[in-house]
Amino acid sequence: MAFVTANWNPLGEAFYRKIELYEMGWNLKDGLRECLVAAAPYGGPIALLKEPQRRSPSVRPQLEIYSSSGVAMASFPWKSGVVKQLGWTVCDDLLCIQEDGTVLIYDLFGNFKRHFSMGNEVGQSQVVEAKVFHSPYGTGVAIVTGASRFTLATNIDDLKLRRLPEVPGLQGAPTCWAVLTQDRQSKVLVATGADLFILDYTACTAVSPPGLSPQATSIVHMCVSFSYKYLALFTDSGHLWMGTANLKQLNVCVTFFFASDRHFIPSYHFSWCRRPKSQQPSVVIMWDGHILVAGECKNTISYHLEGVSILVPELDGVRIINGTHHELLQEVPASCEEIFKIASMAPGALLLEAHKEYEKESQKADEYLREIKEQNLLGEAVKQCVEAAGHELEAETQKTLLRAASFGKCFLSNFPPEPFVSMCRDLRVLNAVRDYTVGIPLTHTQFKQMTVQVLIDRLVYRKLYPLAIEICRYLKTPEYQGVSRVLKHWACCKVQQKEEADEVIARAISLKLGEAAGISYSEIATKAYECGRTELAIKLLEFEPRSGEQVPLLLKMKRSQLALSKAIESGDTDLVYTVVTYLKNEMNRGDFFMTLRNQPVALSLYRQFCKHQEQDTLKDLFNQDDDHQELGNFYVKASYKEKAQIGHLQSAVDEYNKAKNEFAAKATEEEMRLLRFQKKLEEEKGESLVGFSLHDTIRTLLAVGLHKHAEQLYKDFRVPDKRYWWLKLTALAEKEDWEEIEKFAKSKKSPIGYLPFVEICVKHHNKYEAKKYVSRVTPEQKVKAHLAVGDLEGAADAAIERRNDGEISTVLSRCSPSTDRALVERLNRAKATAAKK
Amino acid sequence: MAHTGRRDAPELPDFSLLKRLARDQLIYLLEQLPGKKDLFIDADLMSLLDRIANVTTLKQHEVDKLYKVELKPIVSTSDQLCFLIRPRIQTVKWIADIVNSDKASGRFRRYKIIFTPQKFYACETVLEEQGVYGDVTTDEWAFYLLPLDDDIISLELPEFFRDNFLEGDQRWVTTAGSALRLVYSLYGPFSKVYGIGRCAKMVYESWRDQVEDGEQKARQPEIGNVFLIDRDVDFVTPLCSQVVYEGLVDDIFRIKCGSVEFGPEVTSSDKSLKVMVNSQDKVFNEIRNEHFSNVFGFLSQKARNLQTAYDKRRGMDIQQMKTFVSEELKGLKQEHRLLSLHIGASECIMKKKTKQDFQELLKTEHSLLEGFEVRECISFIEEHINRQISMIDSLRLLCLLSITENGLLPKDYRSLKAQYLQSYGIEHLLTFANLKQIGLLVEQQPGETLTVMESKVGKLVNDKTAGKLTDAFSSLAKKSNFRALSKRLVLIPKSGEEYDLRVPRDMAYIFSGAYIPLSCKLIEQVLERDGWTGLEEVTRMLNGHEFAVTGGTNGTEARIKTDPQRIILVMFLGGCTYSEISALRFLGREKGYKFIVLTTAITNSARLLEALLDNHA
Repeated sequence: MAFVTANWNPLGEAFYRKIELYEMGWNLKDGLRECLVAAAPYGGPIALLKEPQRRSPSVRPQLEIYSSSGVAMASFPWKSGVVKQLGWTVCDDLLCIQEDGTVLIYDLFGNFKRHFSMGNEVGQSQVVEAKVFHSPYGTGVAIVTGASRFTLATNIDDLKLRRLPEVPGLQGAPTCWAVLTQDRQSKVLVATGADLFILDYTACTAVSPPGLSPQATSIVHMCVSFSYKYLALFTDSGHLWMGTANLKQLNVCVTFFFASDRHFIPSYHFSWCRRPKSQQPSVVIMWDGHILVAGECKNTISYHLEGVSILVPELDGVRIINGTHHELLQEVPASCEEIFKIASMAPGALLLEAHKEYEKESQKADEYLREIKEQNLLGEAVKQCVEAAGHELEAETQKTLLRAASFGKCFLSNFPPEPFVSMCRDLRVLNAVRDYTVGIPLTHTQFKQMTVQVLIDRLVYRKLYPLAIEICRYLKTPEYQGVSRVLKHWACCKVQQKEEADEVIARAISLKLGEAAGISYSEIATKAYECGRTELAIKLLEFEPRSGEQVPLLLKMKRSQLALSKAIESGDTDLVYTVVTYLKNEMNRGDFFMTLRNQPVALSLYRQFCKHQEQDTLKDLFNQDDDHQELGNFYVKASYKEKAQIGHLQSAVDEYNKAKNEFAAKATEEEMRLLRFQKKLEEEKGESLVGFSLHDTIRTLLAVGLHKHAEQLYKDFRVPDKRYWWLKLTALAEKEDWEEIEKFAKSKKSPIGYLPFVEICVKHHNKYEAKKYVSRVTPEQKVKAHLAVGDLEGAADAAIERRNDGEISTVLSRCSPSTDRALVERLNRAKATAAKK
Repeated sequence: MAHTGRRDAPELPDFSLLKRLARDQLIYLLEQLPGKKDLFIDADLMSLLDRIANVTTLKQHEVDKLYKVELKPIVSTSDQLCFLIRPRIQTVKWIADIVNSDKASGRFRRYKIIFTPQKFYACETVLEEQGVYGDVTTDEWAFYLLPLDDDIISLELPEFFRDNFLEGDQRWVTTAGSALRLVYSLYGPFSKVYGIGRCAKMVYESWRDQVEDGEQKARQPEIGNVFLIDRDVDFVTPLCSQVVYEGLVDDIFRIKCGSVEFGPEVTSSDKSLKVMVNSQDKVFNEIRNEHFSNVFGFLSQKARNLQTAYDKRRGMDIQQMKTFVSEELKGLKQEHRLLSLHIGASECIMKKKTKQDFQELLKTEHSLLEGFEVRECISFIEEHINRQISMIDSLRLLCLLSITENGLLPKDYRSLKAQYLQSYGIEHLLTFANLKQIGLLVEQQPGETLTVMESKVGKLVNDKTAGKLTDAFSSLAKKSNFRALSKRLVLIPKSGEEYDLRVPRDMAYIFSGAYIPLSCKLIEQVLERDGWTGLEEVTRMLNGHEFAVTGGTNGTEARIKTDPQRIILVMFLGGCTYSEISALRFLGREKGYKFIVLTTAITNSARLLEALLDNHA
């Protein structure tokens, strides 16, 4: 405990510490000399390619992958072209960028995944330098070619190559360059000599950082901070410039002038060393076994290094890896500084002291506690201890701090327990993954930034399934995001084990996954299919409860029939439609129609589509099914859309006959007859009739006085008498042709009676004509007829004569008591007598 | 009548939230296409949009000009076109044509299609086939539910009915499921779900699937039980003439999205007037559920009250007058305006309904429902067709005849159809094909002439064939569903008794006491029995597909009749009529429930049958 500050070094206001993370487990003969090294951030894996430049075909360089603790994960001889740069993606895949612009992707275990090219034009000019960078959009790659052209891909999973504009005056490789992410765009910052340019997709803009010493003739190094917010430039005159990455603001320090001779210029590495809420910006510079931390002030901290090292910038520090050791260099976090700084009187420090005394059973504990409590800072003290525990890597120190926090908590009544509890949990997880065998040296700050989900993913990539599941359970991650996800990955890995039989694997998977919620069997099956195990895939699909999920894979496996029925089962019509479209392109017409025939849901869906898009297909479809009824309907519909009406109708008749639908056939035939008649008449008389129904045709004829033709239709089409009489009556009344009506009424006995005559006359306000027919109305309707023409007396007479109670009442209701008093009396009397009987 | 109900009826949940959600999402989508743009709106989305966002709101989000989609070439000069449409192939094709013609003339524009409530793969296929997939961005406006009133929510998808029940196209099922899911996530969890019908079952399953995907929250539910019902379970009710005020207004003036346009004959001026008809309209709210015969009484009473209120002015001193003017006058004026409007509407209804022998029509309908004097009914229908009185009404009577009689006699079937074709044209051959397919107008199979036999059976008792007849009867009892259902569920109140429409006894009042709507009766029975037990016979006759599922909450909790437990959501798949809503409101008042009606669209006989015509293509 006393030595916590032993590795602290002051620089200006802040302290820096260098902590050993691991003694490397690898056994490298020459250390990292002549190696191409790439270490992933967030304690990720390390890739080594030994002697990449050796071109002799007989000796192949070896590519090795290690965990952060130096445990070997993969090793294989490099057989492809000359590698310019190695890098890791956010998903822990290894990128190997070759001289010819090809990028090969390997997984953690050295299995080849895929490759892509950075553009054809790279081929001749070759990649001079390449960088792998991370942005919110994923992992990107930037290259510069021998022809001094930059090409950039922001996200290798959604590859869009951007060839950046030319840099004026640049010949060969630039002195140095870096990738920036600004305004949702990736840009390249290039230095040629003392000139700086920003290259975006469209333009090349010259920039000049404010306050850069004019003495500089060349910018020899530059580096961008982990968050892309800050930029550091290093000039050949020995000036160090630190500012914001947009080059607008000189952040701190131009005048840092730390050597005048130039022997360190080919410094091997250069990196920012900051942390969120850093007290001061600082940069780490490394060369020839020396490491230098430079900040705002004139002082520097210098460390000696053994052997060739690399710097791995992190969110909250820099990791230093060499042939034997793995260390973390960072600014001491504020809470740790407060607590452990010598003679600190911060509340946290006092609390720690109090707890120490308490363990010694000394009453001094009380004194310290009182001191904190008097200042009312106990809450603050506990918080500091909890926070500091998070920043410490030694389990012992963590424990001491947490115990002190817990001790302090006892004297607080309403201190929220969550921060303490979650810190304990987090630390347990962190300590587990920092373990030498796992080798992920995450700090608490990094862990919070990276989230549990990502950590679980990383463990899964490393195939550390049991640990991942334990962590999920321990942190009570919802099953859907936690355990189930891990199990799914496990299953995907399991299906690739070629040596085991389909049966065995399927059973093992269902046994283990059976209980878990939210498992997508279709994803596992897809994986199995990708590995060429179709049978296994089908077996696994059977476990998938959501039929909709099975469809895409079934289609891919060409089990289209099965896919169709599964799609229908899912009830998702879009899915059914997807399969139908697929089948349509895949099968020949006959088979396609046959398939549909067995699936009514799909069939009606396809019919709906055809109705709007492909009328002819619809016809074929009916033909195939021998659905003559529908074909008939189809032609009828066509007949009133197109010109060749008669032809279509004839086809319809044929189809209806085939469908044994006599009624429809006859109706259609009649329509054809009517149509011919209408056409003929149109030509002769110029009356527009086509499209009218029989009824309307007759009415039109009557209206224009073509009685003969109307009569002919009446006979030819055997129009019922009643209809004809109604028709003629209405038509004549409309013309107010009263004479003709009278003639018509007398022509023969009306099949509709004479009440309609009365009513229609009244309707056209001709009571005089109406009265003519009242006498001819049947006795049952007499009252109505009289009432219609407004003859109350007549109505009364008729009602009384018929001795009908209801009718008498009807008449009564129409009488007004003041004017028709006599009538009312008569009716009432009749009503009384009718009632007696 | 509004006062007779139980006083402890629970409060309805607040549905205005649905509108706010829809509005916010629309605005978000519009802003996805920054800058000035012209907006093209599907004709049937116009009134819907009116209820969500007015023109000012649209203009605020840089909509320059508004157009109605007319499937014709466009004249817009804007560089950005936004289309707000239903996912229909024709419309998408039209848009593709616009894009292609712009391309041909070298014009560059940005296009965005917003499908509502969702897009279909088929629509995207059309874009792809027409080669414009890359030129157009598409989005979905997940606007499923439009609250039409405090207790009515509509999906406003009239095509649901035809697509699902006639074409067998199930694409709207998921939509209905999503709509239910939205209600569930905002007002659930439900304690019990009942349903009947094939589509109802599918919607239920679709909803279940969607819920399982997401997470469930424990919340105080605002809706207790849910009842899903297919329109084809009960075709009789929507085919009957409506005689309750709200239904009549819909039948005659056509209520669209909760608002109705009264023509000059109602407003007694030369202008038409568009008014919202919902519970906000105090006069309407009092008469909407009344049988039409009571409406005039109510209105004149109201007019008298109003006059008294006005009369208070007399003998007021200045101070009183001041308060009267500032506090009461505005309300009175408003009420006055509404009152004169509804009186106008009632007069107009009266005129229309007496002109065409409405009484005769009703008598025929009632005879058909009761199943006597069928021959007279047939002659009435014949005359109706022959006189070409109304294309839709004739068809309606034909269908009513067919359902109540379990199909027409072959002879009648042919002759009526032939006469119909003579009156209204050959294209109705297709209408008949559709009606046959959906089962609304069918031919009796030989040996199924139930009514005819029934009427003759008395005379045949001594006949030797009587034995055979009973055999025939038992075999067709299974098929003559309406008659048997009506007996089983007592849908037809005993005739002869006087039915006082002012003080309704049961839900039959909505059809002048002649018939209790089957759909509502089913709901009543199921709620009473808490399931389908005892209704096995009935469900068998309705072709089954019934279900009752207890939801997330456990049984004991569900049994306690808390307020939300008495709020019941009834979802009609394929539309429901205002009469049915009135009947449910009545049932709610009687039993202390509150019903919320969720329907794919408001329907009536005319809309139902128009959807089955085939002359639109």
